[in-house]
Amino acid sequence: MTSLTVFYTGLFYFAALVLIGGVAYRIYEYSRTPAPLKIPTTPAPTTNAGVALRMAREVVLFESLFKSNKWIWLFGWLFHVGLALVLLRHVRYFQEPVWFWVEFIQPFGKYASFAMVAGLAGLWARRFLVDRVRYISTPSDHLILALLIGIGLSGMMMTFVSHTDIVALKAFVLGLVTFDFHPMPADAVLMAHLLLVALLMIIFPISKLLHAPGIFFSPTRNQADNPREHRHIAPWAAALERDKA
Amino acid sequence: MAGPEFEVPTLTEYTEVPKVKEGAMAHMKSFIAAETSQSYLGYPHALPADWKERVIDRMGQVLEKFRSVRVFMDACVHCGACTDKCHYFLGTGDPNNMPVARQELMRKIYRRYFTLPGKIAPWLVGAEDLTQDTLNSWYNYYHQCSECRRCSVFCPYGIDTAEITMAGREILNYVGIGQKYSSEILVKVQKIGNNLGLPGPALEDTLLGLEEDIEADTGVPVKMPLDVEGAEILLVTPSADFFSEPHVESLIGYAKVFHAAGASWTLSSKASEAGNFGLFNGNYETMRKVAMRIRDAALELGVKRIIVGECGHAWRVAYAYWNTLTGLGYGGNDPFSIELQKQLDPRYPQPQHICEYTWDLIQQGVLKFDKSANDDRVITFHDSCNVARGSRMGNEPGGQFAIPRHIIMAVANNFHDMAPETIGETTFCCGGGGGMLTDDLIEARVKGALPRMNAYNQVVQKQGVNFLALICAICKAQFTKVLPYYGFDRNMVGGVHQLVSTAIKLD
Repeated sequence: MTSLTVFYTGLFYFAALVLIGGVAYRIYEYSRTPAPLKIPTTPAPTTNAGVALRMAREVVLFESLFKSNKWIWLFGWLFHVGLALVLLRHVRYFQEPVWFWVEFIQPFGKYASFAMVAGLAGLWARRFLVDRVRYISTPSDHLILALLIGIGLSGMMMTFVSHTDIVALKAFVLGLVTFDFHPMPADAVLMAHLLLVALLMIIFPISKLLHAPGIFFSPTRNQADNPREHRHIAPWAAALERDKA
Repeated sequence: MAGPEFEVPTLTEYTEVPKVKEGAMAHMKSFIAAETSQSYLGYPHALPADWKERVIDRMGQVLEKFRSVRVFMDACVHCGACTDKCHYFLGTGDPNNMPVARQELMRKIYRRYFTLPGKIAPWLVGAEDLTQDTLNSWYNYYHQCSECRRCSVFCPYGIDTAEITMAGREILNYVGIGQKYSSEILVKVQKIGNNLGLPGPALEDTLLGLEEDIEADTGVPVKMPLDVEGAEILLVTPSADFFSEPHVESLIGYAKVFHAAGASWTLSSKASEAGNFGLFNGNYETMRKVAMRIRDAALELGVKRIIVGECGHAWRVAYAYWNTLTGLGYGGNDPFSIELQKQLDPRYPQPQHICEYTWDLIQQGVLKFDKSANDDRVITFHDSCNVARGSRMGNEPGGQFAIPRHIIMAVANNFHDMAPETIGETTFCCGGGGGMLTDDLIEARVKGALPRMNAYNQVVQKQGVNFLALICAICKAQFTKVLPYYGFDRNMVGGVHQLVSTAIKLD
């Protein structure tokens, strides 16, 4: 194996480990921290089915953001939907044969990259143009946008401008999955693309990207509005009650 | 009223989003609590030598105990959705009054001491060392938040700044920096039984006086029973209802409703306060202690129903927390909650809001009204923040908006809502909630009332509104104080049950 292959193989195992292990640890942390009080933002659904629906609207349609600001909603939604389609398109690099639906969405996934980068550009522009957003932006906010745009543009380069050796790439990726290693193609754009992706995976569990698992644990969104009918009590609060009783 | 020492904002047709004015409210500092109240609450009264360790220690405990704070510290992406939603930002332009920036005051410290990137590259992620300046900024800006939750409606992750403000105040208390106003109230309610510090005998005198007034006024002997064992209903109401104008007019309204319904009811000298300032300071134990007075009174008097008077944050605590804190509600299967549950009448929700109670009676046709008695009033209704976004009335989500309006329209002929983006779930806070109803914060209170005053002014100008109907003791006190700054008559303020009181027919 070339040193290039060794480096990228190692990098992706490391990045995958950090991403999966890190996010799993965060989810464990969020789930073991109790929510001692009923604090859904009302009006809220009164049943768990209603809560699931509210959460689905929030995650798929960005309902609250839509209420708040149509520009942020538009850019944010374009970016996330674009990213989702692009990611789904990439499933084909991990399987042989390729599933029908993965085949089917290839063209959509291709052009979704434009929506993704346009959304990111809009979000970034707001960080300069809106004085309130400028005030709250940190260097890492800018860098994460740069990272995502870099990933998007380098990917688009390979799709629309100078094609990389896709057969060799697929062999490399499948090799990672099946532990049957193949060389990493020495294409500068591909190398940049994969490096940035690995970086994104590594920072995921220690950055604001945690909003993705975080929303599912947000008590203002995931609690049913039924405090008069159900007694909700955290273990530490119940212990307090026993001590005082 | 002495002239204000600050510029009162000018009213406009719509509330415009101001330009960022850094430091515009940095001078705003509420009075600090003294030793007596702090030590009663179990806090130090001056910065201890090991204050840094204590801040980090307490923050760690809060992160362990409250999922809200833990998730909210991580989840914010600085998208800006909340930046123009807080009434204190809209009224002052101070960027630290943008919800995200208010949260960042704490997040900076969280990142520095609890996250890897903040430990190794603080400059990159907006992490900062903990200094006395941090505590000063916390104190200033966590007392310029009324915990109204308007930002949480708009946040794509539901981040509720109120949770951060509460945690901030708790940590400040833990290193001896308490707020005088809230601290003293928490002592009074626990020592004497209510926030105003009104002892039992004085309460009894007041109620007797009110009974005489009502009889002189209507010729009907409407009673205001106190500490009656075996009564069916216990009414728990904010103590302002006993002494303040226009609050007392609503108390008279409740009494008339109970009278007309032929209900057996009582007030309690022990539970002579519905308010619970424990909510504002994020200390579960204190909030629980204050709430336990209600449970104790209910058990002692043997009542079967508990009804809560017009008070916003009290209703949030009652509706959403009483079951958790004191077992007052249904669904508990532990001896502690069963003891109270078996005494309560299962045909009714427990606790119940006075508006739910009155509306039920209206629907049953029990109450009769002469709506024309309110004809001199053109009414609008202000949704109180804690009722709107922290509770419910009735069986359907949104009942907290519908039921008070149904009541108003059942007892009066002239009603107009304010602009839709300023009511309902997106209602603006009065500007005085969350432990800010103190004169040392008057500038923030007046400026924070701007969005509500703009919307109110529109219905005053266009529909001739002359009555701002409320269901919150803090809103009533705040608007009575703040309306004159904007050129309105303070007597435009009143309670929903004040309108009921005017129109109800008694036999």
